[in-house]
Amino acid sequence: MTEIKNGKTVITTPVMDEDIKNLHAGDTIYLSGDLFTGRDAVHERVTREGRDFPGSIKNGAVFHAGPIVRQLDDGSYEMVSIGPTTSMRMERFEYDFIRETGVKIVIGKGGMKDDTARGCREFCAIHCAAPAGCAVVNAVCVEETSGVEWSDLGMPEAVWVMKVKEFGPLIVTIDTEGNNYFENKKKEYNARKDEQAERITEEIARW
Amino acid sequence: MNAEKEKIIVDAMASFIGHTVKILPDDVGAKLRELSEKETDPAAMAVYETMFRNLRLAEELDRPLCQDTGVVQFWVRCGSGFPMMNEMERLLTEAVLKATRETPLRPNCVETFSDVNTGNNVGKGVPVIWWDIVPDRDDCEIYTYYAGGGCSLPGKAEVFMPGAGYKAIIPFVLDRVTEYGLNACPPLLIGVGVGNSVETAAMNSKKALMRSVDSVSDDPKAAEMEKLLEEGVNAIGLGPQGFGGSSSVLGVNIVNTPRHPATLGVAVNFGCWAHRRGAIVFDRDLGFRSTTHSGFKG
Ligand code: SF4
Repeated sequence: MTEIKNGKTVITTPVMDEDIKNLHAGDTIYLSGDLFTGRDAVHERVTREGRDFPGSIKNGAVFHAGPIVRQLDDGSYEMVSIGPTTSMRMERFEYDFIRETGVKIVIGKGGMKDDTARGCREFCAIHCAAPAGCAVVNAVCVEETSGVEWSDLGMPEAVWVMKVKEFGPLIVTIDTEGNNYFENKKKEYNARKDEQAERITEEIARW
Repeated sequence: MNAEKEKIIVDAMASFIGHTVKILPDDVGAKLRELSEKETDPAAMAVYETMFRNLRLAEELDRPLCQDTGVVQFWVRCGSGFPMMNEMERLLTEAVLKATRETPLRPNCVETFSDVNTGNNVGKGVPVIWWDIVPDRDDCEIYTYYAGGGCSLPGKAEVFMPGAGYKAIIPFVLDRVTEYGLNACPPLLIGVGVGNSVETAAMNSKKALMRSVDSVSDDPKAAEMEKLLEEGVNAIGLGPQGFGGSSSVLGVNIVNTPRHPATLGVAVNFGCWAHRRGAIVFDRDLGFRSTTHSGFKG
């Protein structure tokens, strides 16, 4: 479901194709509802070892993140700090992960590449970047941390099960047409880098 | 008597670790403010705003400002007359255990080959401790640093033939910036080390990251290169978090030591916008103060 609240685009899980179909790379959204963490080891288990994702993530959202969680005396969990980790590490798994799980929103740090973009296009999904290192801003959007799965993987790698409210800002980096914000930006950056490298090298060659 | 002294050090260091994963050093905070005031791109301004909100919340709620509290590193510049030198390694390890429980820090110490996360940020050779023994002094200066995954990943060292010239440093650094820099959470602090081999260059690049963001090398050529690189990387326009914007770096610091006639070792190391470097000095009576965090009272 999509709502506009105080000028913010808020998408609530379960995420339907029409919620994300009209989003474009570069747009900013917020997420409410269920959110699961899943990074390297989780992607490996699901896509290479054929294990089922330990939660109902179909039409849901996955967060490339390894949080700091504190277990309180009554056994419940407190989300202390949570922020995105580099999504590119999941690039080799993400196409299969989107296909296997039916996840609609993949959230992480930085951009992803062609295989993920192909997954987004074929299965109507998006990738978003959350500003990284803003772990307390993210943590205060977590209303409840209801549990942990695959805890044998250790705190950073396990699947943490959360309810979030207006989690964000999330910037769409790959939209459902496969447009890729960071890959386009990188072309600009590389062109400017070549100019600068030449300029500085010339200066130094005069030493 | 010694037990009391040991407790002072462990408590002070655990509390300093807690403080420095929650609060940025004074120079980094000031530089971020300066860069955000110069920014004109609306998306970049929104990212800075989120960063500042995060810094405020981390302080208010007393939580680590980034979830990646890294692998804990200490660079200990210990006076040869410091009375607790013998105990330091054990006490720093105890402080890490205590801070991991109390702050809390994320357990990030994964033993290599067995891939076991030790769960307490302590393992074989971790916390990482580098020693400099400083003659004719009886105090002990300790730099703390939390090397996060995102900003450790772009690090690289290489030994060039001297014929490649000092200009070889430029593409070496700039290529890492555009290839990996986006994921290291810009604005970045870039530490460049120059020396004779991979390990001297790498250690120099680490020391470069421990200098304050606006510091200038006292070697005139290195200072000129710092300036050229800073202008150059800013012109690439990564902006905060790589979304694009008017600057890319907090600063560029170069530390250089001599080379072998036949080699030119170069290394580059990155700090992120959340560059959590701290320095604390103990005097011989174990009074202490921080030189990086004016808000740290112990
Ligand atoms: S690069 Fe720095 S700010 Fe970004 S996630 Fe890693 S430790 Fe945090």
